[in-house]
Amino acid sequence: MALPGLALVEQSLITGFLAGSLYGLLALGLSLSWGLLKLVNIGHFAMALLSAYLTWYFGTELGIPAWWAGAIIVPVFFVYGIALHWVFVRFRVSEMSSMLITFALAIIVESLIQTIWTADFRRYTTELANQSFLIGGLYIPKLNLLACAVAALLAIGTWAWLRYTYVGKALRACAEDTPIASAFGINHKTLTYLLSGICAAYAGIAGVFIALIGTLAPNEIWTWIGVVFAVVIIGRLGNPIGALLGGILIGVCEALTQSAVNPAWAPLVSFSVLILLLLVKPKWI
Amino acid sequence: MTSFGTWTRRGLFVAAVAAIGFMAADAEAQSGKPIVIGQTLALTGPLGQTGMVHKIVGEIFVDDLNKAGGLLGRPVEWKLYDDESKGSVARTQYERLITVDKVDLIIGPYATEGILAAMGVAQRYKKVFIQNTLGIPHLATYQGQFSALMIGAEPQNSFPRLVFKAYADSGFTPKSVAVVTSKFASAQFNSKGMEALAKERGMAVTYLEYDFGTRDFGAIAARVKDANPDFIWTGVLGVEGHQILDAYGKLDYKPKAHLYLYPAPSLAQVPGAEGGISQTSLEDQRPYTDDPTVKHFSEGFHEKAVKANLPYPFIDSQAGNSYAGWQILIAAVKATNSLDDAKLIEWLDKSEVQTVMGKRDFKGKFHTNSRDATQLRQIQNGKWVAVYPKERTLPETKFIAQR
Repeated sequence: MALPGLALVEQSLITGFLAGSLYGLLALGLSLSWGLLKLVNIGHFAMALLSAYLTWYFGTELGIPAWWAGAIIVPVFFVYGIALHWVFVRFRVSEMSSMLITFALAIIVESLIQTIWTADFRRYTTELANQSFLIGGLYIPKLNLLACAVAALLAIGTWAWLRYTYVGKALRACAEDTPIASAFGINHKTLTYLLSGICAAYAGIAGVFIALIGTLAPNEIWTWIGVVFAVVIIGRLGNPIGALLGGILIGVCEALTQSAVNPAWAPLVSFSVLILLLLVKPKWI
Repeated sequence: MTSFGTWTRRGLFVAAVAAIGFMAADAEAQSGKPIVIGQTLALTGPLGQTGMVHKIVGEIFVDDLNKAGGLLGRPVEWKLYDDESKGSVARTQYERLITVDKVDLIIGPYATEGILAAMGVAQRYKKVFIQNTLGIPHLATYQGQFSALMIGAEPQNSFPRLVFKAYADSGFTPKSVAVVTSKFASAQFNSKGMEALAKERGMAVTYLEYDFGTRDFGAIAARVKDANPDFIWTGVLGVEGHQILDAYGKLDYKPKAHLYLYPAPSLAQVPGAEGGISQTSLEDQRPYTDDPTVKHFSEGFHEKAVKANLPYPFIDSQAGNSYAGWQILIAAVKATNSLDDAKLIEWLDKSEVQTVMGKRDFKGKFHTNSRDATQLRQIQNGKWVAVYPKERTLPETKFIAQR
């Protein structure tokens, strides 16, 4: 087996880093929901894909640019997140039940997408799609870089919000021990509605980039689940920066595997890394 | 004017009587219990886009068949189930079609996995089984199966040879080849054939596999660019070709010569796909459309495909294979005047059938065509056009071997 050249390794590192940041962006809402609301929201992937389809539809059928589509989708998704949480609260849905219910929700959304837009693959072709920065002989795709920047901004912003603001601290306190936090006067319910809305809005943002970068098919929901779950666990539940770093770690490992060994081994990487980390048990997990 | 008006009225009267007569005859022709033909297709799942092509073809064919008086004087009903792109679902649904729905005839599903699963069921019930997309002929060991494809018994050898011959005839001999392939059975099987042939001819080969369902092709594109081969054989299915081209585009890489094995037809409209080649047996162009049946099929397909929002609303090899499958089954029924599977199998074993892709027999191994009649098509100006061999192309069409 020939070793890959330096340029190939460098290019793969960049590709993996950027692909991984998209994993991180997708993982962000799921990590917060699972870690702080104790709800395993598989429907998060379905909503991200729905957002991607809406972005594509607005762009190709109605001529609305992706950024404006995002400005429409994100607030709507925020409201949806609140409504979904109302259902969970109303029926006192547990962590395990939430997984089953949102799994069903994901299937419904998949069927809905397929009914409306058929099973055809859809691509949103924009001028930016194939444009890259060329730096030192290495190509950095503009859209992937933008997605990475947005993922970093959201992860750091969310981390700072949770760490330094009253609302963020209150949310973390509720996640630690809800009755005690309530005894200190924290309005637990309102905060959880807010967080659920934010998680759904993050799915909306991820969807905009999925539409711009990827190819859309209704079953795409299921291709994300394994790897993003691994990212969420590696990054630690409820940790936004962890989700981003976990995504980047998986993305880089996948890309290096593809460049150095056999590209077909890439899907094994996320779970191999997860198993390895669970065995080693570093402090952050 | 009065005379013209009288003649017009008389003409209308005669036409009306004739129309009523034809309608009565047609109704008489289609009296009796319908003949039910059962099939599953990948209407959902990863193969859904191409499954939709087969659905449209089936609708057109059955509709035309009924308009022409049905089959054996009876109307034809097409019972279609969704196999969700899964072999296990196809197997169950064919059991259901045969044992619960008690269909008179079956026709094979789309794609290798489903076909192999359904063929086992057909064999158990000794049903005649026409399949139209099995890319690994040697797996079709059931004597009652007949392939509608124009490929020979060993496409993994014959098709790569055809590709190199086409390049050689154009004065281009690749010295290095990248074989990038999905691990989907038929794609991998045929790609291994290309790898073996390229090595046999002393070419430098870079062989890369990826899993069916891979999302990001950035690293694979980087490896291909690093190898910078003269020719890239891409063993893709469906939209994977689109994704690989996207990944090339981001690295500003333009393949010199490139092939896509089983692409979604809409690949033709992807930036960077221009010049890409693939296999074919039918395209929406002359000389194929000189045949009135193909022309009628082409027009009907286009109309329905536009309504169904298919991104590439033209007939191509995929639609042609599907249509040919129907033609073969119906030809056997008409020739034997029977729905008896044993009689149909016996007739097909010895006969030739005229299809939209040309006359074909089943004298090759595993009931394939006795000769591989696969052609090459190329993306030119955003549309697939047949380019090789020359006798099946337009005089003005040229095969552009490399950029």
